[in-house]
Formats: sequence, C-alpha cells, structure tokens
Amino acid sequence: MSVDKTTVSRVARLARINIDDDRLEPMAQELSAIMSWIEQLNEVNTDDVEPLASVTGHALPMREDVVSDGDMAEKVVQNAPESMSGFFVVPKVVE
Amino acid sequence: MTNHEQTNPENKNLVEGRTGLWEVVIGLEVHAQVSSQSKLFSGSSPSFGAGPNEHVSLVDAAMPGMLPVINQFCVEQAVKTGLGLNAEVNLFSVFDRKNYFYADLPQGYQISQYKQPIIGEGVITIDLKDGTSREIGIERLHLEQDAGKSMHDQHPSKSYIDLNRSGVALMEIVSKPDMRSAEEAAAYVTKLRSILRFLGTCDGNMEEGSMRADVNVSVRRPGDEFGTRTETKNLNSIRFISQAINAEVARQIEIIEDGGVIDQETRLFDTSTGLTRSMRSKEDAHDYRYFPDPDLLPLVFEQSWVDGIKANLPELPDALKARLMDQYGLSPYDATVIAEDLETAAFYEKVAAGRDAKLASNWMTVELFGALNKLGKTLAESPVSPEQLGALVGLISDGTISGRIAKDVFAEMIETSGDPDAIIEEKGLKQVSDTGAIEAMIDDVLANNQDKVDEYRGGKDKLFGFFVGQVMKASKGQANPGVVNQMLKSKLDG
Repeated sequence: MSVDKTTVSRVARLARINIDDDRLEPMAQELSAIMSWIEQLNEVNTDDVEPLASVTGHALPMREDVVSDGDMAEKVVQNAPESMSGFFVVPKVVE
Repeated sequence: MTNHEQTNPENKNLVEGRTGLWEVVIGLEVHAQVSSQSKLFSGSSPSFGAGPNEHVSLVDAAMPGMLPVINQFCVEQAVKTGLGLNAEVNLFSVFDRKNYFYADLPQGYQISQYKQPIIGEGVITIDLKDGTSREIGIERLHLEQDAGKSMHDQHPSKSYIDLNRSGVALMEIVSKPDMRSAEEAAAYVTKLRSILRFLGTCDGNMEEGSMRADVNVSVRRPGDEFGTRTETKNLNSIRFISQAINAEVARQIEIIEDGGVIDQETRLFDTSTGLTRSMRSKEDAHDYRYFPDPDLLPLVFEQSWVDGIKANLPELPDALKARLMDQYGLSPYDATVIAEDLETAAFYEKVAAGRDAKLASNWMTVELFGALNKLGKTLAESPVSPEQLGALVGLISDGTISGRIAKDVFAEMIETSGDPDAIIEEKGLKQVSDTGAIEAMIDDVLANNQDKVDEYRGGKDKLFGFFVGQVMKASKGQANPGVVNQMLKSKLDG
C-alpha cells in the first residue's frame, strides 16, 4: 500500500500535527516504505488463528466501586496555559 | 432480511406528502449514565453538581502516564441492563479508542467498545397510547467514557472547560431502525428509562444529563429500501425527541418532493425554534480511527457470574404491568401509566390495598396526577399520602360520601394535607342515606312546589330532574343520589 500526499496531509490534520507542504512528498515516501515493510506480514497464513488481544494471558484487573480520587481542582488546572475559577480556559470552540 | 421486508403492512403512521405517502424510519442511540459511586476507569465521583473540576482525577484529566483501571460494578450494571433488555451478554468484549479532537476530551480519544461490545442483540416491548404494544429490537449496548463539558457563553473569545463528567461511565444503547413515528420513539425512550430505573442501573434523570438520545431519521416510500438518514444529536427530553423527529421528517419530505437529495449528516436540534440545523460540516468528523486500547486487556467474565446477576433481577415494568392488569383488573393503558416507575406503582398498590382497584386507579391517574401537574410537584412531593387517598376511595365505595363531594374533600386534602375523615367531619359533608331525613326533605320540596307536582303528574316527565336538583340542593349535595331518586319516584308516581 502506498501513501500519497493527500493522505499524509489528512492524517496530519486528524492528529493535529503541522507539516509544511514541502515535507509532504518526502513523508509520503517514508510512510509508503514503512507500510510495504509491514505488508510482509500478509505472507503469513492466519486463516485459523484467533485475533490476539494480549500476550500476557492476564485477566483485566478491576477495582472496587468506591470514591478514592478527585477533589483537587487546583492541581488539575495547575499546568493549564490559562484557567479561571477552576475551569480550563481555551480558545472558543463552538459548533 | 432485506430492508423492504421490514415495512409493517399495518403501519398507520404513514405521513402524507404533496406527492403521496411516506414511511418514517427511526433508530435511537441512547446514552445512559451508569449509576455508580465512582467513574468507569478512575476513583473520582460521577455525581452531579460539584464545582468546576472538583470531581476530576489525574486519570480523567489525561495526565501523562495515568492508566485506566475498570470499575467492576459498572461492568455488573451493564450486564444487568443487558439482561433487562433480553439481550445476549458477551463473556468476552474489547475496549477500543475512538479518536477525535475536541477541547473537552483531554485524552484525544474516548475509551469505548466498537467491534466487540459487552452486550449484543436484544428486544424490548413498547406500550402505545391506544393500549397496543410493539417489539423494538436492540442492536447492542456498550460501555464508554463520557467527555467533559464546554461552556461557550462565559467569555467573548474563550470557552471554559469542566472535566467533572470526563470518564463518567455511560452505556450507549443502540436500537434497531424499528420505530415508525415520533410516538413510537417517545414510547421507546419511556420504556427504556423505566427498565433502567427498575434495574437501578441508571437514574434516568434527563434534566441532569443522565440520559440523552441521538436520533437517526430517514423517510422512504412504503416498501422501498431505506432512505438516507440524518443523525440529530444530544436530545435531553422526550418532548425534544418527538419535536426533532417531526421537524426532520417534514424537512426531508419537502427536500425529496422538491427533487433534492438528503445528505447523510449530523444535525443539531434548536430548542427555541423546534427545528434541526446542520452542524458545521466536518469532513473528518466520522474518521474515528478505532483501535483496541493497549492500556486495557479484554473484558472477560464467567457465565456463572452472569447467572448470579440474572437470578437476582427485580420485577421489571412488563411483569409489573401484567401483574397490575391481572391482580387489579386494570386496563392496559392504566397499567402502563402506573407501571412506568416504581414509586408510582408502590403508591398505587397502597391506595388500592383492599379497595376498589379501578376507582383507586382513576383517582390516582386523573385527580391526583392532575392536581400534582397543576402544582408542578412530583409524586414524591404529593401533599396527599397514599394512605389518605386510599381512605378517600374507601369512603366513596362504602357510600359515606358521593363522588362529587369526594372532589371537594380531595381539593381540601391537596390544600391542607388533611385526612379525609377529619375534613368530612369538620365540614359536615357526610352523605345522607338516612331515609327518614331524606323523606323529610322530599316532602318539603314537594309541598313548596305543588304547581310543579301537578304538572309532573299531568305528564311533564322532564320535571323529575328539577325535583332531584331541589332535594340535592336542600341537602347541600350530601343526600345519597340513589336514595333520593328512588324515594322521589315512589312519592311522585305513587
């Protein structure tokens, strides 16, 4: 599978990564090379193999339903570029 | 099954357009907040009404290195709900990341379930106003995290973000596209809400956002393939769901009849106009790039655990409705109204205990609900207790007061929260069935209206009502009307 410039710029936008126009073509070539390397896996026959969700064989750890966290609004917003009365403040995003 | 086979040949809900009849197809995605002490993947509280960011842990704020650990009780609640929806419970399910960018989603993705949800297909029965019922299919139920809340009206160029809801456990319950009118969609949400509340898995409080719905609507000619659907998001009341569907149906029919096509898009409902409008077009909005969350192992549990939950399920709305019809002889409609929530049913059973069940149901659903509506109060805030209403029903049944006097007594009960016995005693409202007293009143009325008595005996039958009225007036409405009728008749005709 080869990746073209349009795909690179779309994926970059979805990931909120800024890529200059002159970097799109080299990036497309690099990603295409990586994809074709990964595609070697298609040579393995997986017809009777269940999808592998984990290699550890452990069960999902669970916790009790008790309140054991929170109540630290000051800490939560401490690193925010901007905050006001406990809220995060961001550029207006309105639909 | 092909789509056109799902057209119900008896569908009476077809909508008349300028060019003929249209069938409406509706599917709902309901987001129900799981009732729990703590969030789905963190130990902070999901409760409503805290100050900004007070119910936020470093996991909910997506600080680097924080890891989600699932709340076992939320899993149990989802399984319980699945059982209540007569659905398949999947012993193996997987959490995925649903990636999108928004200011109130600090992780940059929502932990959700995509290809392997915890609950599969099920079915619920909805109750319609005409007393009939229909089955609506459930496609799936999955567990997911809620996002935070953005406020856009606090500042001209900034949005304020509160993450208290971030990480709260939600069940997304997806129906099959089985509904054919706004009424059916409303009945579906009402029933779903009842089931969740009976199970105790969601409080169903739509005003506080514990339940919200996304509505998928399309129209087609009866028998055709499905039309293109739109999705109207985030409706937080049953009334808005109905309004949004009706607005969307009218809009779609008009576009198609004018020769246009429907765009598959996400729309918003404007509560002030009652209309839907397109969300600013986002071509990437649905490119969520789902993949299994590497922070979470698959969710696996034993059938025996599910069986244990199943063995302890409470009585659900359908069973309660059937029991009310069977035990109290209620009509399907009355039984549906009373079985809508546990408080109403418990109240009713106290009113009806050992009394005329039908009369109890009428007094509760007509008089009490009417009065509460007027006062803007809920049943829990009722000034009249179930014991008091039951006593009133008993006093009507045993002839102590007439139904008409009962309405006056009831009005007083609503006003003062007094006992009916005391009110009747104090105001001297007891119905007079004593034949001696009634006979005296009749004799009086006849003596004072000799001319009318002669006219009556001369053939003017219609005057009978006049005499009844005079006697009732003389008794201040307290004479037993049955006794009055009987005695008057024998005196006048005898």
